[in-house]
Amino acid sequence: MISIPLLIVGAGPAGLCAAYRAAEVGVDVLILDRAQKPGGQLVKQTHKFFGSEKQFASTRGIEIADILFKRLEDLPGRVELLTDATVIGFYEDGVVTAEVQGKFMKYRPEACIVATGASEKTLAFTGNDLPGVYGAGAVQTLMNEYGVRPGNRVLMIGAGNIGLIVSYQLLQAGVQVAAILDAADEIGGYLVHASKIRRAGVPILTRHTVGLAYGDEKVEHAIIHALDDEWNKIPGSEQQLDVDVICVAVGLSPLADLLWQAAVDMKYIGALGGYVPLRNSDMMTSVAGLYIAGDVAGIEEASSAMVEGEIAGISAAGRLGFSSEESHLLKKDCLQQLRQLRAGPGSEKIRTGMALAGAYV
Amino acid sequence: MNSNRILEHPILEFSEGSDIPFSFDGKELVGKSGDTIASALHAAGVRVLGHHFKTGHARGFYCAIGNCSSCLMIVNGVPNVRVCVEPLKAGMVVNSQNDRGVLP
Repeated sequence: MISIPLLIVGAGPAGLCAAYRAAEVGVDVLILDRAQKPGGQLVKQTHKFFGSEKQFASTRGIEIADILFKRLEDLPGRVELLTDATVIGFYEDGVVTAEVQGKFMKYRPEACIVATGASEKTLAFTGNDLPGVYGAGAVQTLMNEYGVRPGNRVLMIGAGNIGLIVSYQLLQAGVQVAAILDAADEIGGYLVHASKIRRAGVPILTRHTVGLAYGDEKVEHAIIHALDDEWNKIPGSEQQLDVDVICVAVGLSPLADLLWQAAVDMKYIGALGGYVPLRNSDMMTSVAGLYIAGDVAGIEEASSAMVEGEIAGISAAGRLGFSSEESHLLKKDCLQQLRQLRAGPGSEKIRTGMALAGAYV
Repeated sequence: MNSNRILEHPILEFSEGSDIPFSFDGKELVGKSGDTIASALHAAGVRVLGHHFKTGHARGFYCAIGNCSSCLMIVNGVPNVRVCVEPLKAGMVVNSQNDRGVLP
């Protein structure tokens, strides 16, 4: 059993920012991440970020991952980061267990920040288990991390930001995009992304969905159709597309298994992607000393994940007795940044969801 | 064999990487350094990683980050390995998994 002041689960944008703010005021931090390298999903984001300068706007996600990791050196507190380290258990007595590079480890942290991110949702349609039906994150992983084309011709399901951005990245990798479908009336993502894709000749069909995928043990064809006001199939609207990949970009849900184990109060909030932990403005859950940040706290963007990470890091450090005049001011500034990030008309759902979850809005 | 590799990209640079030989269902294949088992298989045109133990449906990966367990295979005799996050190593013996797996 190893006693540590602060354990952070997840080395994505939220976890790395939390570690920075806690170590900055002198807390020794252990970060565990199940992947082989830090950065979480930033390591496959080749696009430039929006937001403000404080959230690294106009820098590519892949570069942000490096910046966040490298600035953890030479801080008053020591940051140890272990990769290939999967946290597997949260116990009533505060013990956390993990498989660290093949070894079973037990930790007793005084405070803990869970920044585990999200998992991809899927969509019900006939043939959705065929090889070639891939999550949007999987498509990004394959092409942007490993340099492998997911296929030759892709049907994208979902015209939110992820669907639009991944479609553009597919074109950049030399892959055809047959069409982008969305069941909603309108394109959910930013129009600047949508216009870029339309200019490249890719049709974006709203009020459309996929009904069937088929082929010989892999996707070879998809049948799509239009939807009426009640989202029922409009008879006669079927079209066949010859594609070898169906990319599913229909959203994410918080990866909250550890929080369920820790028995924190959870609530189903559809606007935030599913069951989310209730929290206060410090990002602390109903379990004292257990904090959350990033997509596990409700699905948003990497920008807000970074700011939430900072708040959780400052708050956890404060609980451990490490704070400064500056860190108090910084926390106020972070809360203000979150408010700005969630200010737009497109963020109304997020604001409502966050209010229900107990967040400062 | 590696026709699915991206050779030119406006933003990313993919280095050539050294060859990593491995076998899949008895066939000799070659991946690249930095590959996971799943990325090496996909680059070699292999999409079917196994079959569901009950329905017999073909299985491929879905999430590629170790979440969904759709990509379980038998690696060096060990079943239920999530090949989407398992780094490829030279000489690995990779086999399709069509059952729930039997521990060695």
